[in-house]
This record gives sequence, structure tokens and C-alpha cells, in this order.
Amino acid sequence: MTKKTSIRMSGLGGQGVVTAAHILGSAATRDGLVSTVTPFFGAEKRLAPAESYVRVSPSRIYERGEILFPNVIMIFHPHVISLGKCYTMPFFAGLQPSGLMLVNGDSAPELSQDEREALKRLDAKLYYFPATKLALEVGGTDLATNIAMLGGLLAITHIVSWQGITDALAERFGGGKFVASATTAALDDALKSKYEKVSQLLEQNMAVMQAVGPTIKEFTF
Amino acid sequence: MANTVNQRVVTPEHLLFEAPRTKAFITGSEAASEAVRRANVDIAIAYPITPQSETMERIGNLFAEGYIRDYYRAEDEVGAFSAISGASRTGVRCMTASSGPGLMRGLETIASWPGHRLPLVFLIMCRVINAPLSIQPDNLELDYMLTSGNILLHGENQQDFFDYTLAGFAISEKCEVTLPVAVAVDGFFVTHARAWVEMPSAELKLPPRDCYSEAVPMIDNENPPVRIARDAPIQKSNFISYQMHAAWQQEIHAAHERSRKWVSRYINGLVEVVNPEAETLIVASGSAVSQSREALRQAEEMGKKVGLIKVKSLRPFPTAELRAACRHAKRIIVPEFNCPGWLNREVRATLYGHSEAKIADGPRVYGGITMPTELILEWLFKSE
Repeated sequence: MTKKTSIRMSGLGGQGVVTAAHILGSAATRDGLVSTVTPFFGAEKRLAPAESYVRVSPSRIYERGEILFPNVIMIFHPHVISLGKCYTMPFFAGLQPSGLMLVNGDSAPELSQDEREALKRLDAKLYYFPATKLALEVGGTDLATNIAMLGGLLAITHIVSWQGITDALAERFGGGKFVASATTAALDDALKSKYEKVSQLLEQNMAVMQAVGPTIKEFTF
Repeated sequence: MANTVNQRVVTPEHLLFEAPRTKAFITGSEAASEAVRRANVDIAIAYPITPQSETMERIGNLFAEGYIRDYYRAEDEVGAFSAISGASRTGVRCMTASSGPGLMRGLETIASWPGHRLPLVFLIMCRVINAPLSIQPDNLELDYMLTSGNILLHGENQQDFFDYTLAGFAISEKCEVTLPVAVAVDGFFVTHARAWVEMPSAELKLPPRDCYSEAVPMIDNENPPVRIARDAPIQKSNFISYQMHAAWQQEIHAAHERSRKWVSRYINGLVEVVNPEAETLIVASGSAVSQSREALRQAEEMGKKVGLIKVKSLRPFPTAELRAACRHAKRIIVPEFNCPGWLNREVRATLYGHSEAKIADGPRVYGGITMPTELILEWLFKSE
């Protein structure tokens, strides 16, 4: 990696947008890179818009706060696009030239002619895949949607290593101490109760990530 | 068992500057609680409602682990800030945390701490306070803190939150100071965000509060709580009550002046200056400093030299330092995360008659958005 990459994650409350960002940032630091992670949300409630921002760089990162000009945009729920549940309109506002977008959806997102043209001018690439469906089928719970999204990111970029992300997952669910909030703690327990052992949780999360690759489709503008 | 009993007491100087440090990738709230872990705190007072952060929850865990001797959950911010007044009067080391609307609710009590000469540490995670409601970072509440009589430090990042919190206890309890120290950071961008923080070993801790060496005696069986209550100025019994209240306020002001050397010592100067020779300068505090550092880097890529003055301490305000650093300046901008621009007002008042520089009235963002570095660059070179 020679340049800083700025990743904006938009999703809905309860989908693990914040957790995914912390895991990605942690993985990047394990790979010897510099990273900052910033979550952003209103009152904590399910299905409300939630975003998080991850910067990954080979050298020191100075700025903080939201990422207004991302290189990569990850959309965790189709409603972010169709219902405008994000902090920027359209969802790709500020996307840098040759930027990447990764969308969770069973089918291609519906974009207007104007949006297609704007993205074409940017030389952007948009990938989509059924992250929630994969999480349910492979991981046995839709709570693994965020992990599937991280798998998707690793399939289309090499921003962090598999080893880094595996270790970060183990840290997050295998006894690491960080919990974003009391609501997240409750979700964590719900998630843990779905798996007999933490090791099984980790294995199935890794299986979800590995299953993503072949399901990714590229959108043609 | 790892707890405060097994920690080794070291001097604040050793803990802050000499002890070897290791790096951790943690959030601002984690950094604050790691500082409290090493601060030999007797009691933490909590009213952890949204919008806050997980700071007081994490500090509750420290109590469970045995790093804090007592933990009290108050009924609201008035209760929390009153409880810490009582705790501090008894001579124990105490801390609390709040943010935005919660801070505003307890402001009456906060403004009473300095007059009662209460050493304590108050952590602030800045959030929007005004309607329409929002819980995002906006540091307007610090405007209200500026005249409250509290010492007020404004951290830029997670590392500052760790260091300033530890320094806060050391500054607050100095005999010449004996004042509450508020340590503020911008919410979300620091409290909820992760970055590298370097910390000394958790096996070390600050010396305990030495309450018999402070400017006013604490309450015990020999010092009943009479120092203000008996003949309180509020009774206006005679001319002495006015004199006393005036003298008391002057003494708080004097304590702020005396605190300069300790604040400067424990947080490495009231300001940090980058590129001091530049004629175009940014003066900033909090998260705006981080945005400014990136703007400096981008300006340098454009072949332009820009200077940066990071204001670390808002009270005491770095008057002499700012005047010295801006003596040669031609243009100054003051990026801020609030609408009225309280730092801009401070900078203008401080530099009036001491600098020929044109001071721009901005840039500012508010309502909880971050400041794009592009905005800083635009304001820097607007006049060209």
C-alpha cells in the first residue's frame, strides 16, 4: 500500500457497521499499517442510519471525523440507497475518481440515469452480492452480514490480509475487551448464544467471508 | 489479582514522561479509562446517560476489577456534580464525566466547584447542546466552561485524552492550584474512534491525593464543613461579605495564573507550534488541530508554508505564548467546531494590539459535522 485509503461504511442500526469498522481497523494495524476508525450514528436504534469511517495508510494519518471523500463505499443494506438512509445524498456523494462501491443486495441496485452517468464519469466500479443471504446460509445468522461485507471488501481489494482480519475477529469475539456500547454488548450476547463455542463462531464467520468471492457481481453502468 | 493495591506508586513526572510506554489501538473512551486505571482514583461518580460515551461504563469495570475504591451512580447530572463536590471536600481523589446537554444541566454545580476550591477531574466529550437536537460532536459547551472558573484542557486525540486526564489530577491537587480540571475532547471523533495510544505500564499509579497539603482544608472531624457555610456571603451580614466574595473570586483568578507552570509542565506547554516561521497561521484546539495538520501537509504539497498553533489549554489561556508566536504573522485563521466561534473571540482579544495580522472570522462547522481539510485550505488562501 502506497497511499491512504478512505472507506465509508453506510448501513442500518443493528447491522454491525461500527463493529465491522473496528475489526477492519484492527486488522490494518495488525498488518503494520496505520488506521483510524470513527463511528457515527444518532440515537442508537435498529434500522436507523449508521455509518463508520476507516482510514488505512502506510504513514501517519492526521485528520479525523467523517470521510467526505471516500475511495471505497460499502453499503450494508439496500435501503441505504432506495430509502436514502445515509448521511449523504446520493449514497456515493464525494466518491473519488476510480472509487469502488460494494453493495449488499440480492439484485443490482436501482440507479437513475443521472446516477449512472455520474458514476461512469468517475470511472467508478460498483460490485454487489447478497451479504445477508450468505450470512444466513453459511453463518446461520443474519448478524454475520457485516462479516460477509468484510469478506466482500477483501475479495475486491487487498487492503488488509486474511491473517490480519482473522486475528482481528478473534480479538473482537474471542475475549477482546472492547464493546462499542451497551446495545452492542446485548447483540454480542445474542450472537454468542447462537454458537456453542467462540471457536465455532470464529470458524463460521471465516466461512462466511470465504464464501463471498464467487457471489460478487459487477454492475455495468 | 490486578488491582490498585498491587500497583506501584510513582511520581506524576515518572508516569507521564519517564516510564516506558507500549502502544495500543484503542478508542478515546478506552484511553480515558486507562488513564483512570493508573490515577489512584478513590471514587468515580457516574450519570452515564446518552449522549455520552462508554467511558463511565468502562470506569465501572475498573471498580469491579478493584482499581477504584468506590463508584457512585447519581440520579442525574445535578446529582452527579453535587456528589463529586461532597466527595472532593472529604479529601479523596474523584472524577466524573459528562457531555453536551448533560453538562449543561449540571452547569450550576460545575460553576460552584472552583469557588469551593475542589480538586477533581471532569472529563467532557463534546456534543451538540442546542436545538434541533443532535448527539454529534460540536464543542459549543466549552464556551460555557470558559467562564466557569474550571481549568480547561482541550485534547486533540486519544493520546491527549490519556495524557491530559492523568496530568489533570496532578495539576488539580497542587497547593497553588486547588481547582477542578476539566479535560475535554470532541465526542465521536475521539471518544468513539480508534487510534494508537502509547501508555505506561498498568502496574504503575499516581501517588494518592495529599489533601492536607492543599489550599483549603478538607472536611474531617476537626474541620467541620463551615468554611463557607458560617457567615456565607449570601447572608450579606455586613460589608465584609462583599469584600470576601470579591477577594475569593480574585483568588480563583490568581490560582489560574499560578496553575500555568503546572499545566505547562504536565502537558508539555500550553501550546504546540508547528512551522513557527510561517506568516500564514492556523490557531486551533481539539479535533480542528488534526484537520489543520492534514491541511498543512496538503499546503506543503502545493509549495506553501503554513504554521499551526495548537492551543492545548483554554484555561489558563496561553496569552503570552500566542502573542509571541503570532508577532510576525500576516494572516491567521481559526478553524472551529462550533457556530459562535469562541476560540476566534479569545484569539482576537489576546492579539489585539500585539499583532498586525488579519484574523479571519472562521472557518467553522457546527451541528456535528467534521471539518474538511479543503475548507481550511480555502480559508487559508482566500485572500490570494
